Amino acid sequence: MKKGYDVIIIGGGIVGCATAFELAKRGITDVLLVEKGYLTSGATGRCGAGIRQQWGSELNARIAMESTHLFENLEEYTGYNHSCGLHQGGYLLVAYTEKEWAQFQENLEVQHRLGIDSRAVDLKEAREIVPCLNTEGMFGATFCAKDGHADPFHCTQAYAQGARRMGVEFLTYTEVTGLQVKSGHIAAVETTNGTFEAKTVINCANVRAPELAKMVGEDIPVTSERHQALVTEPVAPLMDCMVMSFHRSYYVQQTPHGSFVMGIGPKEEPSFNFHSSWQFLEKNCAVICEALPVLRKLNVVRQWAGQYDLSPDRNPIIDEAKEAAGFYSVCGFSGHGFMVAPRIAILMANHLAGQDDTMDIRMFSKERYQTGKLLLEPAVV
Amino acid sequence: MDDKNTILCRCEDLTRETILACIESGCHTIDEIKRMTRAGMGPCQGRTCRMLIAQELASYYHVPLEDVLMPTFRPPTKPVPMGILADAFSEEEGGDSE
Ligand SMILES: Cc1cc2nc3c(=O)[nH]c(=O)nc-3n(C[C@H](O)[C@H](O)[C@H](O)COP(=O)(O)OP(=O)(O)OC[C@H]3O[C@@H](n4cnc5c(N)ncnc54)[C@H](O)[C@@H]3O)c2cc1C
Repeated sequence: MKKGYDVIIIGGGIVGCATAFELAKRGITDVLLVEKGYLTSGATGRCGAGIRQQWGSELNARIAMESTHLFENLEEYTGYNHSCGLHQGGYLLVAYTEKEWAQFQENLEVQHRLGIDSRAVDLKEAREIVPCLNTEGMFGATFCAKDGHADPFHCTQAYAQGARRMGVEFLTYTEVTGLQVKSGHIAAVETTNGTFEAKTVINCANVRAPELAKMVGEDIPVTSERHQALVTEPVAPLMDCMVMSFHRSYYVQQTPHGSFVMGIGPKEEPSFNFHSSWQFLEKNCAVICEALPVLRKLNVVRQWAGQYDLSPDRNPIIDEAKEAAGFYSVCGFSGHGFMVAPRIAILMANHLAGQDDTMDIRMFSKERYQTGKLLLEPAVV
Repeated sequence: MDDKNTILCRCEDLTRETILACIESGCHTIDEIKRMTRAGMGPCQGRTCRMLIAQELASYYHVPLEDVLMPTFRPPTKPVPMGILADAFSEEEGGDSE
């Protein structure tokens, strides 16, 4: 291994791997990615991997739409010889209150301005899209056929292998334990497998990003919240799209493999708790079986837990440390980092490569929590 | 075991060849193989294939079997219908301790 690199990326989730790939594509190939476990061992390997463009803020809708376009050709884009599992069966967002239904109309306007092909559907049409849906208590729904989900393991591998081919090095089962700063600039990264000099460091450690930033004197207002999910045995196709509710806080989809993946979003105290709970198992089944009664017969085969890296306005933070120039944190994805990672990685790589981007990276700075220019989003679980 | 076509994971129908290809491409643990291939994600949740894959890893990396990292054992230990779980929740009448 070499003594030093132009860029060291901390974290081998989709954000770190996509960033490595985009940097290499721009000719920045003297890059090392350090991951404490294996690639996708963090939130990326635990997520629902849902991809939706039906957002309420123009910014999120745009990032998600541009990311979706990248997911649509990810194999070719990265030169990956396995499918990344993208399935565009759509997202059916259901409204359970009048207020939510009114908000959905506003969201649709935002989406339509960007050219996203979403529409309002009444309950009859909702049942045509998902025949087993119990629409009792619902006001209506919106549907976008180009939403869907992908395989988080293969998407991450696609980026990683593409980056590796262009010269990026990967060091797995290696934890970053310290950071060295010299004259106000990041200088080196200490790991369990030695110390490496670096001119630039990108902190993509998700819920662990704040503690790494702290090592260079930065406070990042991101907390870790446990979110659980479960999967059932595979069955014949029952529905093609994701069904999601903000009000009742659930999402459920059938994967191409036939199993159903689902979760609910309970409010929990911040923690790094990776344990599954029986409370989740029961409540999740109660909430989901009400919406989709046919699922009562399905066996749950596995449940797991992961973390959301929550920021105050539930949107990502991209920030350079004040006292350690060249140290960037990219975190705070608040439960939707998978679907935006392709576009965020481009934004970050353009910035480091000195290339223009149609998006202004500065609006993601954590300064917004002082200036009040928050990135507010009405459509978030 | 020599036969490349021997099935190691019966639930997901994965041959020894598929598993070996994963190991040769750099997988070090059962968890990584599981995520690449779905080995151990079927109804039996790895009860059969876990040890078989561990043996392949041990022999490829020349390490004792005990040193191969076991994946996390995830609940429920046995498949349970969603309806039974849902009813348990309603019976506890908002047993919402989360
Ligand atoms: C249950 C659940 C469901 C979700 N569903 C969706 C969804 O449907 N759609 C969506 O878009 N998003 C979803 N998300 C969110 C999504 O998973 C994350 O936003 C996204 O994966 C973040 O990617 P990442 O690369 O930033 O983080 P991670 O994948 O967590 O990667 C960070 C990596 O950093 C490593 N690391 C940490 N500290 C160190 C250190 N000191 N040294 C070295 N390495 C370190 C970790 O091991 C980890 O692998 C969900 C999340 C959960 C938990």
